[in-house]
Amino acid sequence: MAKNIKTHSEPLFRIVKRDELSPLKAWLIRIATIVIAFLLVGILSMIVSKKDFGQTYQIMFRGVFGRVFEGKPAMLWKYLQEIAILLSLALALTPAFKMKFWNCGAEGQALIGGLASIYCMIEFGDKLPYGVLILVIAVTSILAGAIWGIIPAIFKAIFNTNETLFTLMMNYIATQIIAYYVYVEGGGSNVINPVKAGNFPSVAGNDYFVNIIIVAVITVLMYIYLKYSKQGYEISVVGESQNTARYVGINVKKVIIRTMIISGALCGVTGMLLVAGTDHSINTNLVGGQGFTAILMSWLGQFNPFIMAIMTALVVFLRIGVAKVADTAYLNSSFSEIMVGLVILMLVGCEFFIQYSIKFRKNKKEDKA
Amino acid sequence: MNKQPAIEFKNITKRFGKVVANKNVNLTAYRGEILSVLGENGSGKTTLMNMISGIYFPDEGQIFIDGKEVVIASPKDAFDYKIGMIHQHFKLVDVFSAAENIVLGIEDGKYNLKNSTEEIKKITSQYGFELVPDKKIYTMSVSEKQTVEIIKVLYRGADILILDEPTAVLTPQETEKLFNVLRRMRDNGKCIIIITHKLHEVLSLSDRVAVLRKGEYVGTVNTKETNESQLTEMMVGKKISLNIQRSEPKNTVERLKINNLICKNREGANVLENVSFTAKSGEILGIAGIAGSGQRELLEAIAGLQHLASGEITYIDPKTNEEENLRDKTPLQIREMGVRLSFVPEDRLGMGLVGNMDIVDNMMLRSYRKGKSMFLERKQPKNLAEDIISRLEVVTPSANTPVRRLSGGNVQKVLVGREIAAAPTVLMAAYPVRGLDINSSYTIYNLLNEQKENGVAVIFVGEDLDVLLELCDRILVIGSGRVTGIVDARNTTKEEVGLLMTKSQEEGKENNNG
Repeated sequence: MAKNIKTHSEPLFRIVKRDELSPLKAWLIRIATIVIAFLLVGILSMIVSKKDFGQTYQIMFRGVFGRVFEGKPAMLWKYLQEIAILLSLALALTPAFKMKFWNCGAEGQALIGGLASIYCMIEFGDKLPYGVLILVIAVTSILAGAIWGIIPAIFKAIFNTNETLFTLMMNYIATQIIAYYVYVEGGGSNVINPVKAGNFPSVAGNDYFVNIIIVAVITVLMYIYLKYSKQGYEISVVGESQNTARYVGINVKKVIIRTMIISGALCGVTGMLLVAGTDHSINTNLVGGQGFTAILMSWLGQFNPFIMAIMTALVVFLRIGVAKVADTAYLNSSFSEIMVGLVILMLVGCEFFIQYSIKFRKNKKEDKA
Repeated sequence: MNKQPAIEFKNITKRFGKVVANKNVNLTAYRGEILSVLGENGSGKTTLMNMISGIYFPDEGQIFIDGKEVVIASPKDAFDYKIGMIHQHFKLVDVFSAAENIVLGIEDGKYNLKNSTEEIKKITSQYGFELVPDKKIYTMSVSEKQTVEIIKVLYRGADILILDEPTAVLTPQETEKLFNVLRRMRDNGKCIIIITHKLHEVLSLSDRVAVLRKGEYVGTVNTKETNESQLTEMMVGKKISLNIQRSEPKNTVERLKINNLICKNREGANVLENVSFTAKSGEILGIAGIAGSGQRELLEAIAGLQHLASGEITYIDPKTNEEENLRDKTPLQIREMGVRLSFVPEDRLGMGLVGNMDIVDNMMLRSYRKGKSMFLERKQPKNLAEDIISRLEVVTPSANTPVRRLSGGNVQKVLVGREIAAAPTVLMAAYPVRGLDINSSYTIYNLLNEQKENGVAVIFVGEDLDVLLELCDRILVIGSGRVTGIVDARNTTKEEVGLLMTKSQEEGKENNNG
């Protein structure tokens, strides 16, 4: 009656969940991955630019650090500025992610923050004294970002909507609002000329100094907030298990909304740093997709602000350095983006090997079935 | 009638790590009969059936189908041998229609829903099912979904059907309908195996009953030649002495009064129905029942985690003797009222503790709010953690080890230790010794006894009847969300409690009819 059935043999390899890797070993795997990734990027860059190995890395370092050892730190400041912007977005996402609220709306929240900044700069630029103006810019940007963050949070808390889709949609709305504003304010030219009022001061001839300091402070504060504050503790509990949170009497809805206010507000800060501290203007490409790269940075940093800073430094290094190599080979910036994508993929991929190990088939005799 | 053996097990053994789920099981099911596999929770019924349906593979032993030895390595193999399993939790695609779900996964290259629908209609009329083939799953009731699952396996030509606790989700009327269908299938020559722990269903439906206890095969009896008490005895076994130190309750006062609790699940069915009892200080009240009879909902309702449809929960303050209403209060409100209610939930790492946090951070889950500062105070929790580690002999590298890395027994010590450290007046513990080794179990029993002697009202939800009989002062038996009896633990027998556990449904029927 029954058909003859093939006996199934063990597959060539199996994926087995690891017991628990010691943190040291896990970090060794990660560092090894970073080294391999760097070498791979170097080799690929070498191939496309037809330079030799040493030259490739020299161009990369020169591209990032410039002539800093010859007393010309301008490139270094630019490097730190780019780290600051990406890091500030990653930091903004971290409390939400730690709560397992997948905020994919950093892009839109930062854009709206930037819009608030430029609006204040244009409207109140010649009406308010400088100090008051900066204060108004800061408050409105933070508020704008927070509002963009709180809307999906409220819907999540009350109707349990999917926050990933919701925050993504909010990005498009933000982009269109900016496009509209630029069109109106730019008088149909789609360009807003740099606004002179309400710019962050340059310190020691350096325009980015304030941005960098602000992000450095946020990094430290975020570390303290997550690790030592009661609110940070509540975020961890809600993220790990909503059941446990309910069991100990944490108001989950309140924590979700409160945390998204913080997340959105910090994205608003980034918008301000980009407008008042960097571009002094706005367009729909203000954040340039970094709101999405920041998601990966937050993950790669394992929600620890300091590790996040290191990871961000690494990724920005590649982005700038490889772009320079590509430049010398008359390639456009896409090459650098491909390389950054490759490295991030490898870094994310290595987490798999930290959690799982691969066991190959052993040549053992099959038990008699 | 001379019966053909459809499926035979010979010396089947299955282990999960150290746990033996099935040990040397020998079992035969014939064509044209309904065989019940009876046993308590954790007796290995489902594991055994999963081995026929290709989900697990036995470590030792042989399976024969129609007298021939077979290897069933995957659900597909099982299908090829015409074995169909209907799981307790349905595996259907919600947005598909019944017919689409039924034909799903059949790889014969022909997808013709119209022909299939005709065939489905033939099956439904043959056995007396009620089903509309193009109705979408998400609009269906639980019993309709079950019908789809059954037709799914029949459509594939299954002639050995295994049903895992098919009546757990059905009303008495739906159960009766299902039984009629099953009887018709039997008369048609199919072999039907139902897994259950409900005695009266076994007696009314099956031809023979196979009993498992703690993974071992106890025996098979003909339904006609047996009765409830013989089956209960086979199921629960003889009493084993555990030598738990039990003191006489002293100075008992009413501490918690539960009155007519009704609690509904998401589908609107009653999970708790008119539950009333009193918990007294200085005694351990045991709660016995088949898993999923409403124990979890009951404890969660008292802890402020379940919404109640009606009923009262009253707490009597030991100092002032004032009555306080706990119903519809959140856990935080209950604590702020000064009610020292500790709760060791069933789901230790999913509710009682946070697995990724270390012992210190888990210690402060309940107390972290203390003080006005916005920052955490970790000194006291750290002292508490170290105190619990040394007093309860928790095996851990340090107080800063994430609790998920500890063994089950040590996780439980951390949880119980924390709950007791809050100096409770009411202590509720759900299955506190599940999965623990003997020594850890005794540590927990001693802790509970200590609390009882300190005048705490202890509520202990257990599954091992031997433990309940030796540890508790009174035992409340719950069945399908109803209290089926409250007995004196010192003067009852395992059989009495076992019978009460399986009684509920009949009572429910009587109530429905009357």
